[in-house]
Amino acid sequence: MFLRRLLTRIATTLVTLLGVAVIVFAVIRIVPGDPVAMMLPPGATEADIARLNAFYGLDKSIPEQFFIWLGGVVQGDFGTSITTRQPVLGLVLSRLPATLELSIMALVIAVALGGLVALTGTRLRYTRTEGALDVANGMALSVPDFLWGLVLILLFGVLWPVFTISGRVSPQLVPEFATSFFLFESVVRLRFDLWLDLVQHMLMPALALAIPLAAIIGQLLKQSLKETMHLDYVTLARTKGYSENHVILREALRNAVLPTLTLIGVQFTFLIGGTVIIERLFSYEGLGNMAIDAVINRDLPLIQGIVLLFALLFTLVNLAVDLLYAVLNPRLRHA
Amino acid sequence: MSFLKIRDLSVILRGTNHRLLRGVSLDVGATEVMGLVGESGAGKSMIGKAVLGILPRSAKIVGGSIELDGVDLLKLPPRQRRHLIGQKAALIPQDPLTALNPARRIGPQIGDRLVDILGWEKARARARTEEILHDVHIPQPDRVLRAYPHELSGGMRQRVLIASAFAAEPRLIVADEPTTALDVTVQKQILKLIFEMQARHGTALLFVTHDLGVVSKICQRLTVLYGGLVMEEAEVGAFFEAPQHPYSRALLAATPRHTDPTADLTPVPEAVIALAQRAVADADLRWHS
Amino acid sequence: MLDGRSLVKRTAGLRLWLSAGWLTALVIGAVFAPWIAPQDPLMQDLFTSRLPPFWMDGAEPGYWLGTDSLGRDVLSRILYGGRVALIVALIAGTATALIGATLGLIAGYYRGWTDMVISRLVDIWMAFPPVLFAILLIAVMGTGLTSVVVAIIVIDWTRFARVVRAEAMAQGAMDYVASAQVAGRGRMSTLLTEILPNVLSTIIVLLTLEMGIAVIVEAILSFVNLSVSTDDPTWGGMIAEGRLSIHQAWWVLVFPLVALFLTVLSFSQLGEGLKDRFDPVLN
Repeated sequence: MFLRRLLTRIATTLVTLLGVAVIVFAVIRIVPGDPVAMMLPPGATEADIARLNAFYGLDKSIPEQFFIWLGGVVQGDFGTSITTRQPVLGLVLSRLPATLELSIMALVIAVALGGLVALTGTRLRYTRTEGALDVANGMALSVPDFLWGLVLILLFGVLWPVFTISGRVSPQLVPEFATSFFLFESVVRLRFDLWLDLVQHMLMPALALAIPLAAIIGQLLKQSLKETMHLDYVTLARTKGYSENHVILREALRNAVLPTLTLIGVQFTFLIGGTVIIERLFSYEGLGNMAIDAVINRDLPLIQGIVLLFALLFTLVNLAVDLLYAVLNPRLRHA
Repeated sequence: MSFLKIRDLSVILRGTNHRLLRGVSLDVGATEVMGLVGESGAGKSMIGKAVLGILPRSAKIVGGSIELDGVDLLKLPPRQRRHLIGQKAALIPQDPLTALNPARRIGPQIGDRLVDILGWEKARARARTEEILHDVHIPQPDRVLRAYPHELSGGMRQRVLIASAFAAEPRLIVADEPTTALDVTVQKQILKLIFEMQARHGTALLFVTHDLGVVSKICQRLTVLYGGLVMEEAEVGAFFEAPQHPYSRALLAATPRHTDPTADLTPVPEAVIALAQRAVADADLRWHS
Repeated sequence: MLDGRSLVKRTAGLRLWLSAGWLTALVIGAVFAPWIAPQDPLMQDLFTSRLPPFWMDGAEPGYWLGTDSLGRDVLSRILYGGRVALIVALIAGTATALIGATLGLIAGYYRGWTDMVISRLVDIWMAFPPVLFAILLIAVMGTGLTSVVVAIIVIDWTRFARVVRAEAMAQGAMDYVASAQVAGRGRMSTLLTEILPNVLSTIIVLLTLEMGIAVIVEAILSFVNLSVSTDDPTWGGMIAEGRLSIHQAWWVLVFPLVALFLTVLSFSQLGEGLKDRFDPVLN
């Protein structure tokens, strides 16, 4: 039963990815202007252009191009970047870790902040503090990550410059690591100086991404916590002599978390989507920053690769949340 | 010497002048079973909740005292009050379907108080949990310990809750209509079990119910409530022979007799209700002046 | 009695008025920009570059909020930038609402294969990073107002389609719809006279929120220099310039940022306020 559900989910995921591929492909092929002509030096002959077009497969019909490209993708060949002339897969994979680290850091901050807001609000429910938290939360919710990024740049980059607001790592510290998961690998290699530098660079963009999500988590989790606090088993736990904090954390939290969890799944994909502009804003060398450069340079194969990778990431996150939900809910697990 | 001693307890509906309990006084002896009866809305559950410190937010205690083992609960800071209640009292809740945490296994839900509040060793608490499950006649206690609530039937869950209540050897148990949510077929067994456990452990029991028939079987004394006011307090034997208050008499007449279920039932006459309401109004008049 | 909810409720009216007030001021400023603006927003003058706002030393009268590195007046540029922001909010918001809500109504009421196609499209759309998609679309179509509006419609129609579909489905299951059909009314007429009026309040709330989103998307696009045009002043463009000279002239970043912040906040507060008003169950 569980396996069948899983297989159905994987099938729909594949259909979604195919749809994304088709749409990106179609959108990109109507680009006015010839990207190949742009990259040749002045004075190139028609023959040169034709040769390059043939090299990138741009001389074939659009459906033909699509299937050739798709065939390559299935075998792990995403084509060659027009601007850098390197394989797209390698380029994209070299940047993916930076974006993943940023997104996960943002998610951790959002969950911690949102959880804290929800727990504080629940502990102090029916007081003025709860009301004030609600108002602040509502504001945090309605202002998007881009604006929070700018506000943070002003506050912590200019007014009180304790954080670095540009780049991923200080130039003199750029590590020669086996992977591009710098944050992770610096811990493994006990390079705490580097780790600190990375965190200092990452914290502001991560916080900008985290604030709206934290507000959503705070709102929903508090709501379901407050509902849970009225349930009989919570009341029973109170008669056992447990403190209110203990009752909230051990009895209510686990049951209240489930509805929030599904929401975090969708919202986390929004957060990853937000890295595109936030990375640009903070000059953070990740996938999103590379994507904007690729769009500006009309680097079609690279754009295709990046968008597809984002789509893959989104669908994987949703899949993971579904699985996690099933694992955390004992009723579903035994069904 | 009474274990639970309530004096002049008044509870209002928060934000209003309306009283839900109108100066209730009540004693429960150390091994006594006290029945708390009344129609719905009479405030009988409210008393149990006040004793255990779980009144809903809409209710507020405005006067009186609740002494548990000689200590006035209402004079204690909240944390200590809760701790003391957890050590000395326990609740058998009304609805077994909602009173167990769906996300936690049965074992820890019974044993947690032993470790966290009473400070037992984990192994001892586990052994005790298994023993008490055995005592409430649950087959294969070791398997039930590891089960989640949704894997058990309603009757089984109520047994678990009874086990949980008695596990820490409390001196007082509040049973809040513990059988109303159960199938009629299971009700009798559960009642028998509660009584059996009470007799074995010698616990004081505050039995909240609307069923005088049940009271006549398991209680030693009873208190009749109307409108948050005590109408009559009596020994069970004496009460069923000759109830003193007209309202008690009417309530008794409205209760089906187990000896003769076919006998006609008389609803509480309006004149008697008027009398009870008069008493309530008098109490309010004295309170407000 | 004081409690948490009452604080939220008591300030709700105030927040609504402040939001409406700011948006009204913005509309007036944008409409009458040519008469109100103290300077020509495009006029460069290197002798007046990086003038500070009026309360600081070295400020020049007539340049109330200072000037940028090319000597252009910040206040005038904010007023003209507000024009772009509001036009985009109005046109893109309305168009997105029309298209998304229509698709949502059709999917939710007619069900069947149309619903399947639309729902699958929504799923596919959810797998796109919206900002990147918008940037890509502008790069493909070229800059300009039409491109910005089309990009916003394309990335955001699902927002309406999803919600309106669910609402239309719920309404479609109600008795009054069934009785309208028993009375012999056509499907189309039932949709327009029975379902639409009942989901209209939801659409209006979403539209208000969407306007705020459109303002932000336009700002993001102009921030990466892919908006209406490279010459017209836009808030996003000003922010991008201000970001570069943040240590020399903070006001170039701060004032357009404040304008953008307040506008986005106002639209969303307005939307939330309308939601509360339309949905008495919530109160």
